[in-house]
Amino acid sequence: MDFGLSEEQQLLQETIGQFLANENDPNQLRARFDAEDAFDEGLWKGMMELGIGGLLVPDEFGGAGVDMVDAAIVSEQMGFGAAPGPFLGHTLAGLAIALGGSDDQKKTWLPKLATGDALATVAFGEEGGSWQPDQWSPSGDRLTGKKVYVPYAAQADLIVVGTAGGGLALVEPGDGTTIELFDNVDRSRRLYTVTFDGAAASALPSGADVSGQVRDAALILLAADAFGGASRLVEMSVEYAKTREQFGVTIGHFQALKHQLANMALDTEPSRALFWYAAHAYDAVPEDREKMAALAKSHITDRFMQVSRDATEAHGGIGYTWECDVQMWFKRAMFDRIWMGSPSSHRERVAQLSAW
Amino acid sequence: MDLSYGPEYETYRAEVKAFLEANWPLEGEEKDLGLAEQSVLFRKRAIAAGYLGRSIPKQFGGSEQESDPLKGQVIREEFGKKWAPMDAPGIGTMMLVPTLLERGETWMKEKWVENTILGHTQWCQGYSEPGSGSDLASLKTKGELVGDEWVINGQKIWTSGAQTADFMFCLCRTEPDAQKHAGISYLLIDMKQPGIDIRPLKQMNGPAHFNEVFFTDVKTPKDWIVGKRGEGWLVSRTTLKHERNSIGNAAGAEAMFRGLVKLAKESKIDGVPAIDHASVRQQLVEIEGYVQAHKYSGFLQMTAGLRGENPGTIALMNKIHSTNIGDKVAKLSFDLLGDEGLTDPANSGGGLLGGGGSVAGWVSQYMGSLGIAIAGGTANVQRNVIAERGLGLPRDYYASSKSAAGKA
Ligand SMILES: Cc1cc2nc3c(=O)[nH]c(=O)nc-3n(C[C@H](O)[C@H](O)[C@H](O)COP(=O)(O)OP(=O)(O)OC[C@H]3O[C@@H](n4cnc5c(N)ncnc54)[C@H](O)[C@@H]3O)c2cc1C
Repeated sequence: MDFGLSEEQQLLQETIGQFLANENDPNQLRARFDAEDAFDEGLWKGMMELGIGGLLVPDEFGGAGVDMVDAAIVSEQMGFGAAPGPFLGHTLAGLAIALGGSDDQKKTWLPKLATGDALATVAFGEEGGSWQPDQWSPSGDRLTGKKVYVPYAAQADLIVVGTAGGGLALVEPGDGTTIELFDNVDRSRRLYTVTFDGAAASALPSGADVSGQVRDAALILLAADAFGGASRLVEMSVEYAKTREQFGVTIGHFQALKHQLANMALDTEPSRALFWYAAHAYDAVPEDREKMAALAKSHITDRFMQVSRDATEAHGGIGYTWECDVQMWFKRAMFDRIWMGSPSSHRERVAQLSAW
Repeated sequence: MDLSYGPEYETYRAEVKAFLEANWPLEGEEKDLGLAEQSVLFRKRAIAAGYLGRSIPKQFGGSEQESDPLKGQVIREEFGKKWAPMDAPGIGTMMLVPTLLERGETWMKEKWVENTILGHTQWCQGYSEPGSGSDLASLKTKGELVGDEWVINGQKIWTSGAQTADFMFCLCRTEPDAQKHAGISYLLIDMKQPGIDIRPLKQMNGPAHFNEVFFTDVKTPKDWIVGKRGEGWLVSRTTLKHERNSIGNAAGAEAMFRGLVKLAKESKIDGVPAIDHASVRQQLVEIEGYVQAHKYSGFLQMTAGLRGENPGTIALMNKIHSTNIGDKVAKLSFDLLGDEGLTDPANSGGGLLGGGGSVAGWVSQYMGSLGIAIAGGTANVQRNVIAERGLGLPRDYYASSKSAAGKA
């Protein structure tokens, strides 16, 4: 019995955390957030050097081949730092190919994804809140259909597309693929609308068998990101309460605010063990995997959203400005909450998985 | 990460099971005894086998086992499955025994520890007073040393189980000239003596578990004091620490949630099982998120304990997180009861947790959930603790020594 991080995992967590603290401090983040193109080559390259490109890619293909718990704590750090860039889509694309691809597909793509020589993303969402494998629609040997909220599609060399029947297919953007920027509120993770009209595609042979698992991985990474983001906001808000003065004292003296901050911590802290367990279940408790992933995503992204609202209030007028750091995490929370399906959609899935 | 107990503990689990198989329920003539007597017999055997009284030295009636939280967990699980008695439940086992073991004199341990864990001796906690609840250290009940005896005068309130208790562990002001916190002593008092007037207070949900306790020249021997004169506040903190340690367990929250799901399956809304209604399903899963977070936070803290690491601020959140869950369960259950929520719970027999499946039990829990949120430190006080000790925010002005010195 050991429900805690190993020394290697703690080291991984520190390494990523330190890297982001150095390379993506709030001023750097703000510049990236405000840039037209939030894809920062330098930052992404730095992440690739840390081995994040192939986090869930087996080592025989040059990846790190880590467990979901490891991937989740990396994602937690991404949330803590509101790290901009294609981490989420790229990681999930690598996982999808590793799980469902043919030997050829794996050999062709995985080593390049692991080093970052190729950038990949996933196209799962469709209009009308359709994120789940059984709701996917693009079909045909040459793929036709529309996908929405695809991260970094314009920069991607490869898109893993969710197809009719819950399958997965690889598309290299080119003829038959139209990519348009979506005006997305979270500028730390740019989204695109992708339309396929007879695009050349190569199906993953086991795509339909593994798409549920890839979805669960996505939910866990989002839950972990949300936990990291919420922790950061608690930290920022407490820090502010210890420095900002009103009525001749720091505002942290006022009990109403202390209780708001305590409630934010209470919304956040117990979620750590929840996303840990969801990730652990993914690795080791197959019967809990689907349900815990959905539960963690719905619970923690809801908490992150609430903590974001509270953090804004805790900062007063400055909290309502673009200039204040809080807004960047607030928008991160909006993304985490909505992307891959709303909390209520996943709660209904949990209810069904509980056979109610 | 590994949530399995591993082969060593599975072997241990098999031993515990075999012990239970042979020893509970009691057989033959013994099974005609009253439940209390049966429990005492069983506990003695379980102590002899090393399954109960584990943290208690043999000389004081325990089984003196090496501290092993995992074995403790295995025992709780297996005993729980067979409804076998654990160390006698109640404030005596939970708070007084650990405090005596840490701070008490040898004769006290000999006199009380074994009897308490077996269930022979019942205790009550005499802390709160009419004027001193959250601000406990302002308490006024007076203890005066006259010859070889303490003479106690004053009043306690909300004293759970005072009617049935044999003894009270009580905070009294014995050093009236000392500063607020330094003037308190931790005295043990025999409840069966003249001068003690116990008046039950009827709870909002009907029963009267708690009481007012009036002391008029009540006597207790000079040496029935735990710690030195004026150290009572510190000694009581040891006790509170033990109270908090015993709360980290999420089994209660999980059981409550299972009961709630059952209620949702059995209740109907507009002729359709409540569990088929989208809004009920949403609310149930929302609560389950908190329940699972609570459960695994318990594992996280247990692991930190095993590793000798500090679990962090989560350790300050157990009480309020679990009472918040109780609050959510209460509200949803009240919706699910529909018109039956009009039922008077007075006859539910429900203790603080209530539930227990009956309508009256759920109505009782609707109120009882507030009782546990208030008892042992209100939610606001928990938030103060999280903010001050967890987040490092300044201490409350009115509660700090800087202010209101004249109040005490
Ligand atoms: C079911 C039950 C069983 C109990 N059993 C026992 C027992 O066996 N033995 C025993 O000694 N006591 C017992 N208690 C008493 C319990 O410990 C007290 O009720 C509790 O500590 C609160 O004290 P109070 O009732 O005086 O409320 P108060 O302290 O007067 O609180 C009233 C309100 O003011 C708020 N408040 C007070 N101070 C602050 C502050 N500093 N910051 C913010 N808000 C504040 C509280 O949160 C609360 O909302 C029991 C209580 C209940 C409900």
